Amino acid sequence: MKNIVVIGGGVGGTLTANYLASKLKPELRERKIKITLISATDKQLYEPGLLYLIFNKMEESEIIREIKYLLDPDINLVVDTATRVDTSNQVVETEKGSYPYDYLVIATGSKVAPEEIPGLKEGGHWFYNLEGARKLRDALAKFKGGKIVVGVMGVPHKCPVAPIEVSFMLHDFFKHLQMRDQVEILYTYPINKVFLMDSVAELVADLFDQKGIEYKTFFNPIEVDAKNKKIMTLEGEEEQYDLLIAIPPHKGSDLVINSGLADKGGWVPTDRFTLKVEGYDNVYAVGDATNLPVSKAGSVAHFEAEVIAENIAAEIKGLPPTARYYGKTMCFIETGFDEATYIWFDYETPPKPVMPSRFIHWTKIAYNRLYWLTARGIL
Amino acid sequence: MQGEADRVIDARGSYCPGPLMELIKAIKEEDVGTVLAVLSSDASSAKDIPEWVKKAGHELVGVFEEDGYWRIVIRKSR
Ligand SMILES: Cc1cc2nc3c(=O)[nH]c(=O)nc-3n(C[C@H](O)[C@H](O)[C@H](O)COP(=O)(O)OP(=O)(O)OC[C@H]3O[C@@H](n4cnc5c(N)ncnc54)[C@H](O)[C@@H]3O)c2cc1C
Repeated sequence: MKNIVVIGGGVGGTLTANYLASKLKPELRERKIKITLISATDKQLYEPGLLYLIFNKMEESEIIREIKYLLDPDINLVVDTATRVDTSNQVVETEKGSYPYDYLVIATGSKVAPEEIPGLKEGGHWFYNLEGARKLRDALAKFKGGKIVVGVMGVPHKCPVAPIEVSFMLHDFFKHLQMRDQVEILYTYPINKVFLMDSVAELVADLFDQKGIEYKTFFNPIEVDAKNKKIMTLEGEEEQYDLLIAIPPHKGSDLVINSGLADKGGWVPTDRFTLKVEGYDNVYAVGDATNLPVSKAGSVAHFEAEVIAENIAAEIKGLPPTARYYGKTMCFIETGFDEATYIWFDYETPPKPVMPSRFIHWTKIAYNRLYWLTARGIL
Repeated sequence: MQGEADRVIDARGSYCPGPLMELIKAIKEEDVGTVLAVLSSDASSAKDIPEWVKKAGHELVGVFEEDGYWRIVIRKSR
């Protein structure tokens, strides 16, 4: 019997396991293979929902599901933390056991590391995890006016467009509360434009100007003075704030770092087409965990999962693995509470955002519910 | 070689803003006076990095076009 082990119960892990189960149903039933998914938690969080949660537009109950209900029943779910990948013996060790593998898929994602900016934990908010989003929701509801800084404090970070979206949504949030004239919104970004990609940067800067959202570029925070509510930058600037919404630096999972599978930044060196971990023929990486120059986005994890599942299934069936990931990425960009645009790009095709519309916004709102079908491998 | 450096950051093969962000990470770690060289195969680095260096108050030692890549040398000044 061949063992396929997937580590991580987020978008990438769940989808890869479900696609494998559907492609390998006969082999699973005949016990020729076993698919095991190891997840540190028994629940999955739909992270894009956090952007709505902070404005009270989605409930926690809508964005959290038990993983066992998302997985094909033929997948063996193990709720446990993987502690080491032993590639020479092809075994994953967990806190409570060990799991040999013939094929391994690393889907351990990324997480925020606010501790990397001194003072940020004490002086800032963020919405990049559930705990932070809950606190920010309260802070926004109680905000009495003043200056809000939306500060990107490192790249790469998950969902590259979320800081832009939150700025637009803040504008509408305070407009609806009849407070927009009492709120200054400042968006800051590390490089010399408001976004990595030129076409998006131009559109966003234009919309920021129209909505009176200010922005500063080449802005790299190194410290937050929580007492005096000030951000200090590497460029030697100081910025005052009343409410700081930070996009903290991100890092990869401790598992890949401790197993010697990560680069200096904690990302797994991965082949950009085959998604095999460099140096291994039977180990793959999917989603945020990789070092690929693509967005850390759920859509990327989704498209990558299709490629990995297709190739592993082909090998098991004795066929040549011919699927390749081509950098395909899809991101909605909310430009407020009722309009959105989207970008679609790959390794060779740059994105071309379309004019924001209500229709695209509704599509995103519908997807926020439909995502649970994606996780199950249906949509 | 023109523009010798104390530390070389090889960011070839990484795309904008990779090389600049690598430099930013490295500059945080080094002492004032250190000379750093960034190697980048991305043409926009040759423009963006000097622009950032100026804004951040460091010294641009030079931008050198090598065989298929740029070597941008700077001195940490503050
Ligand atoms: C606010 C916000 C908005 C976003 N909006 C969008 C959007 O609109 N569109 C989009 O495409 N993407 C969006 N994203 C990004 C998207 O959520 C992530 O890119 C996606 O979740 C990555 O999936 P993943 O499976 O790689 O990692 P994750 O979903 O992070 O899953 C990794 C899993 O691995 C588990 N794990 C880690 N280490 C171990 C271990 N040692 N043992 C066992 N399990 C382990 C973790 O517990 C976690 O469950 C957004 C993210 C945020 C934070």
